[in-house]
Amino acid sequence: MYPEDLRYTKQHEWVRVSEGVGVVGITDYAQKELGDIVYVDLPRVGTALQQGKVMGSVESVKAVSDIYAPVSGEVLEINEALSTAPEKLNENPHGDGWMIKVRLSSQDEIAGLLSAADYQKFVAEEETGH
Amino acid sequence: MGAKMVDFGGWDMPLQYSGILEEHRAVRTGVGVFDVSHMGEIEIHGPDAGALADYVTTNAVGKLQNGQAHYSGLLYEHGGFVDDILVHKIAADHLLLCVNASNQDKDYQHIAGANRFHAAVDLASDRYTQLAIQGPRAIQTLQKLTSADLAAIGYYHFIDGVVAETRTLIARTGYTGEDGFEIYFAPEHSERVWNMILDAGQEFGIKPCGLGARNTLRLEAGMALYGHEIHATITPLEAGLAWIVKLDKGDFIGRAALARQKEQGVSRKLAGFEMTGRGIGRDDYEVLLDGAPAGWVTSGSPSPTLNKNIGMCYLPAGHSKPGQRIQIVIRNQPVEAITVPVPFYKRIK
Repeated sequence: MYPEDLRYTKQHEWVRVSEGVGVVGITDYAQKELGDIVYVDLPRVGTALQQGKVMGSVESVKAVSDIYAPVSGEVLEINEALSTAPEKLNENPHGDGWMIKVRLSSQDEIAGLLSAADYQKFVAEEETGH
Repeated sequence: MGAKMVDFGGWDMPLQYSGILEEHRAVRTGVGVFDVSHMGEIEIHGPDAGALADYVTTNAVGKLQNGQAHYSGLLYEHGGFVDDILVHKIAADHLLLCVNASNQDKDYQHIAGANRFHAAVDLASDRYTQLAIQGPRAIQTLQKLTSADLAAIGYYHFIDGVVAETRTLIARTGYTGEDGFEIYFAPEHSERVWNMILDAGQEFGIKPCGLGARNTLRLEAGMALYGHEIHATITPLEAGLAWIVKLDKGDFIGRAALARQKEQGVSRKLAGFEMTGRGIGRDDYEVLLDGAPAGWVTSGSPSPTLNKNIGMCYLPAGHSKPGQRIQIVIRNQPVEAITVPVPFYKRIK
């Protein structure tokens, strides 16, 4: 369900890190909770992100939700396709529904994020808590 | 069923089953079924049932035929809404009121408190399940489960019938802007009737629908939702509901305030809008006229049918006509919008 090579946050973002660059998105759980997504607002290329701070928002038919940066660093690229096809976030949140690429400013932050197994456990608790 | 539940006025209600957009489209093009058992029912019995109902509501109950229903307002003395309701005239001495879930106790107290008539008021919500079958294929779906001639039931009329071997009040009413039915029956049959409707509608692609699609459908149809377009400090004249106010029918609670407001003119009015800039104007967002605060959004959403972002808002009466440029403050940014006629969507009859 949740890919092993991603790291997760309790705010339901994920990051895939390779060679100091992180690809960031929202999780399958998040897209299901949001429902049909109609807008995605992402930070501009060059923006300095701070871990845990709001970096953008996603808007579904029902509501708007903030997205928090899972890692600190500089935005290198944004997924332009989402502006015309936000439904990619619903269809493939861990794949071509990715949001931004970030040049990590601190490798240490990664260790504080959840593994796939821990995130899975966290989500299961969220679901039974409802 | 894979339904996503939300807390709605203390009820665990399905927000969506397969997805708001998919459910919305099913109702516009085929058929959808909604479990709206959370709605409240109040019954009025007795020789003065009509007189009491006429005294506590704005529409003319005296004009209803047996087997006919209408939309109406339950008002405070000052003209604001206690609730918006449907009144069904079952017989001269028996009325069934369908009211909003979260208002039912308040409504009951309000009506019972005004009861100086030969009438008995009864909160009957526990005795009814309500399902709504809505969409161009609703009639074909429901017809499979009843021998009653559904085509013979006029819009806003109802019959006492049998659906899926269950005694049912079958009303040709709805909250979606499509043809369809709302049916009321004893709750012990809920699950069986629900499943039989889903089976009957299968060939038309029926979808179980949640509150999410119910909201986008009613918004496109320009219908008010209590707590949004209407509430205790909004009058029917402000909400564009003058058509449910019959000032000439005799005295009723709120009449004096409405007569005064009609004479003086309303200062604010409900208007429909379409976003021309990027974004969705949502409930409670501020509305600006030339940059100055002028009103607020009551409901806003993407319109799945029109592929636009639409909504309703209150504006100063002089600026509420279609074609007015407004700005809606979306996360601290004013975004352009324009007022448009309501309803946004009208089915082709």
